[in-house]
Amino acid sequence: MSELWFVVVIFTCSLAGGLLGALGGLGGGIVIVPVLTIFFHVDIHYAIGASLVSVIATSSGAAAAYVREGFSNIRVGMFLEIATTLGALVGAWLTTRAPAQAIAIIFGLVLLYSAYATLKTQHEVFTEQPDKLALRLRLQGSFPTSSGEQSYVAQRVPLGFGIMGLAGMLSGLLGLGAGAVKVIAMDQAMRLPFKVSTTTSNFMIGVTAAAGAGLYLRAGYLAPGLVMPVMLGVLAGSLIGSRLLVRVHVKTLKRVFAVLVLAMGVEMIFKGVTGS
Amino acid sequence: MSWNDKRLETLVGVMLRTGVLLAAAVVLTGGVLYVVQSHGARADYAHFQPEPAQYATLKGAATGFTTLQPRSIIMLGLLILIATPVARVGMCVIGFLMERDRLYVAVSSAVLLILLYSLFFHR
Repeated sequence: MSELWFVVVIFTCSLAGGLLGALGGLGGGIVIVPVLTIFFHVDIHYAIGASLVSVIATSSGAAAAYVREGFSNIRVGMFLEIATTLGALVGAWLTTRAPAQAIAIIFGLVLLYSAYATLKTQHEVFTEQPDKLALRLRLQGSFPTSSGEQSYVAQRVPLGFGIMGLAGMLSGLLGLGAGAVKVIAMDQAMRLPFKVSTTTSNFMIGVTAAAGAGLYLRAGYLAPGLVMPVMLGVLAGSLIGSRLLVRVHVKTLKRVFAVLVLAMGVEMIFKGVTGS
Repeated sequence: MSWNDKRLETLVGVMLRTGVLLAAAVVLTGGVLYVVQSHGARADYAHFQPEPAQYATLKGAATGFTTLQPRSIIMLGLLILIATPVARVGMCVIGFLMERDRLYVAVSSAVLLILLYSLFFHR
């Protein structure tokens, strides 16, 4: 395969990955890492390096569009980034030490559970009930609906914070945005509205990924010729996806999200068990 | 116009987009040169060989940039990309200062410190 053809094919795959990533509040890395390693026989180190960089592009590129829609919450995001960046440090440290197969299996199991939990709760479960800790941390807000502004207050802050630490760890460990786990922390643990969760997650992914990127850079995980088409493709896909997001129904979004999480989980476990 | 979360979020959104588009433009420029200058078979990614450290530093990327080395131009774009979320957190520190929100000045400063630590000191 010539260099030009390789670049074009990788760019096209990355474009599709970025599109799905933006729609589900996931990073494009979930699609990119398996595609690169399975179909193009790219070493996992290069794959997660390219993935983590593209994840920063996805997050940053879609941010302006998300802000305009008024769903993202800057305080919720910033507060939880303490957990995700610390987690990313631990994850990036672990990535050179822990057996990758065991981690892949655990990650896969967590994702299978997430897919199940997402499909189970089809209704919006956010509340306006005052939560003392959330109010002190000002983890509240409102977003536009067809029937005016809808306000919400975060619940179960310590649980959400803990899951965010785990999300950060997985991001640093596997070069993913771990957007799926971030959405679970906000949507299910903290009972925040789904669109608030996905858009705020998008904001957080870039900061979390940047925490792991420094180590990846020094470890030599970033191959310019590979990262280039992946990053440009994922970015283009995410920009298209963020424009479609507001037109997509929440229920449809959740189903797409659950299927992706499920596929990702099966993939992770399969890779872990077979050691491929 | 007074400082509020909405204004800060808008500024942050614009800044992130500017950073990522700048990074993408630099990476694309390097990418076009990279493809044009490539000969024969593509690079081998099947076997991991850590990328040379010369690309991993700002100085290395800048030197390669001035001599129009495609890989260095791509790496400079990637460094801009990685710096963008860090700058975003820095902007939030300033924004919350303007809002006189001490709690969130502390929260965003903590995130900034963790990021700087990870980029410059973490092993």
